[in-house]
Amino acid sequence: MTVQRPAQPRIPLWPRKRSAAETALPRWVAYTLLTVVSVVYILPLIWMLSTSFKPENQTQTNPPTWLPDPVSILPQQAYENYVGTVDEQGRTEIRGVWTDPVIDFPLYLRNTLIVAALSVTGMVISSAVVAFGFARIKWPGRGITFAVVLSTMMIPFPVIMAPLFLIFRSLDWIGTLLPLWVPAWFANGFNIFLLRQFYMSIPKELDEAATIDGCSQFGIFWRIILPLSKPALAVVALFHFMFVWNDFLGPLVFLTHQEDFTLALGLQLYQSQAGATPWNLLMAASTMVVAPVLLLFFLTQRTFVKGIATEGIKG
Amino acid sequence: MSAGETGSPSRRLFSGLAWISPWLVGFLVFLAFPLLLSFRYSLTDYSILESPLPIGLENYRQLLDDPTFWKVMWNTAVYAIFTVGLGTVLAILLASLLNRDIPGIGIFRTAIFVPTLVPLVAAAMVWMWLFNGELGLINAGLRPLFTVVNAALGTDFRGPAWLEEAAWNMPALVIMSLWMVGRAVVIYLAALQGVPQDMYEASAIDGMGRARRFWHVTLPMISPVILFNVIIAIIDAWQVFAVPYVMTRGIGGPEKAMYFYSHYLYDNAFLFGPRMGYACALAWVQLAIVLCLTGLTFWVSRRYVFYRS
Repeated sequence: MTVQRPAQPRIPLWPRKRSAAETALPRWVAYTLLTVVSVVYILPLIWMLSTSFKPENQTQTNPPTWLPDPVSILPQQAYENYVGTVDEQGRTEIRGVWTDPVIDFPLYLRNTLIVAALSVTGMVISSAVVAFGFARIKWPGRGITFAVVLSTMMIPFPVIMAPLFLIFRSLDWIGTLLPLWVPAWFANGFNIFLLRQFYMSIPKELDEAATIDGCSQFGIFWRIILPLSKPALAVVALFHFMFVWNDFLGPLVFLTHQEDFTLALGLQLYQSQAGATPWNLLMAASTMVVAPVLLLFFLTQRTFVKGIATEGIKG
Repeated sequence: MSAGETGSPSRRLFSGLAWISPWLVGFLVFLAFPLLLSFRYSLTDYSILESPLPIGLENYRQLLDDPTFWKVMWNTAVYAIFTVGLGTVLAILLASLLNRDIPGIGIFRTAIFVPTLVPLVAAAMVWMWLFNGELGLINAGLRPLFTVVNAALGTDFRGPAWLEEAAWNMPALVIMSLWMVGRAVVIYLAALQGVPQDMYEASAIDGMGRARRFWHVTLPMISPVILFNVIIAIIDAWQVFAVPYVMTRGIGGPEKAMYFYSHYLYDNAFLFGPRMGYACALAWVQLAIVLCLTGLTFWVSRRYVFYRS
C-alpha cells in the first residue's frame, strides 16, 4: 500500500508573506526600533554571560564592564568559574560550578535527564494514543469528553499539589523521582489537543483506503497516523522536555532528599545559601542551566515556532 | 467508512474509551480524585500527623479574617492586572513591529523570543543581579540619567533598591514579566499574518488611515487570539510562584510585598504546621477565582470578540 503524503497543515512559520503593516512605518524607523528592543531583550543574557567570565572582585565594578580585565584571563577564569579545580583527594581548590562539593551539579543534571527521558517518552506515547481516540474514532460522548479534556488545562497545579502530595505519600513515592514522571504517562490536555488538531489535518480517505485493505484501528494508527505525525510528535516531545527542565514547583513539593534534586531545584540552592555564593558563580551556574535549552531551540527552531503558533491559532 | 466509524454505537464507545483510557485513568487518579480529596480536607482541620478533624466551613470563614490571605490576594491581583494588561499591549505592539518582511527580521524575532526559553529559576537569578541596588546593570544604566537630572534640579534621585524596598518589588516583577512576553508575541504574529490581505486593501480604498485601520480592521480580526492569550495569561499570572519564591529565598520579601497566592498555599500545606485543611480551602478558592476570571473574560469578550463565520 502506498500512502501519499498529505499536504502539511497551513501553519504560518516565521511567516514571509508581505502584509499591509509593512507600509505602516518607514524602514529606518522600524530598524531603529527593532534594534533597540532586541538589544534590551538580549542584554540580560549577555550580562549573565559576561559576569560568568569574571573573577569575583571584578563583578563589583562601577561603571559596569563587559569583559574581564585583562581580557586574556578570560579562558582561565571561565574554566575556574564553570568547572573549578580539585586536588588529588577531591578537595576543592578553586570553587567552580561543575566540581562544587555541596551543590552537586552533575548529579542534578543526571536526575533531570532521567526524569526528562522517562517523562517525555510517556507523554509522547500516551498523548499520541489518546489523541487518536478523539480524532479518528466516532463514539457517543466524544464531544463532551473532549470538552472535559480541554477544561483540565485550566486547573492550576497549586490547586491540586497538596492532595497530590498526600496521594504520593500514601504510595510511598515521596523522596523518589516517581511523582515527577509517572503522571506524564497519562497524557495531558494540551498535548492531546495539539495532536488531535494535527491528526484531523490528515485526510480521512487514507483511513478508508486502509480499512478496505483490511487494516484494523490499531493498524491505521500505527501505519498511517503515526508516521505522518512525526513533526507534531516532535513538538510534544520538545515542549514537554522544556517543561521538565523548567519545572520548579513540582520538584520542590515532591523531592525531599538533596541527592534527588533536579537542576532547577539545585540552582536555587546557590541562592538559598544566603549571600554565600558570589555573583560570578551564580551566573555561571545559570548559564549552564540556560545553555542546553537555547542550544536545543536553535537546533529545532522551525519545529518550535510552528508548535507555538498552532497553540494560539485554533484556541 | 474507516475502521473507527463502523460498528454499533456500543462497540464504538468501547473502542473510543479504550483509546482514551490512559487519559481517563490519569484524569481520575491525578486530577479528579485530588480535587475531591482537597474539597473534603478543606472542611477539616488536618495536620497530616493526626487524622482530619471535620470542622465544616471553619477554614473558609477563617480566610475572611486572615490578613495574610488578603495581602496575598491583593499582591496577586495587582501583579495579574499589570502583567496581563501591559503584557498584552506590549506583545501586540511588538508583534505588529515584527510583522514585516525585511532583511534580518528573523534575528529580531529570535531576540524577543529567546528570553521565554530561560528556565524561571535561572531567570530569577539573572534579574536579581540586574536589579541589584549597588551593582546591578539597571541602576548602572539609570545613573547617568539621574546625574543629569540631579545636577539640573539639585535633587538627590538614585536608582531604587528594587528587591529590598517593598514599594519597588511589584514594578520589578512586572518589568521582568514583560521580558518574557515572547510566546504571546509569536502567537500574535501568526494571527496578524492570518488577517486576509484584501481586508487591508479594502480599508485603504475606503480611505482609512493607519491608526484607524489598526483599530477597526486588525484588532477585531485578531480578537479571538487576544481572548485566548488573555485567558492563558490570567491563569499563569494567578499561579506566579517560582520567581518571587527564589528571589526572596522562600520568605516573600520585605513586608511580604512579594508574597503571592500560590506561595501562601505552599507554606500552609508544607510549612505551617502543616495546615493541610486550610491549604485545601485556599486551593478551592484559587480554583474558583481562576474559573470566575475565565468566565468573566468570556463574558466581556462576547461584546468585543469578532469571529469570522
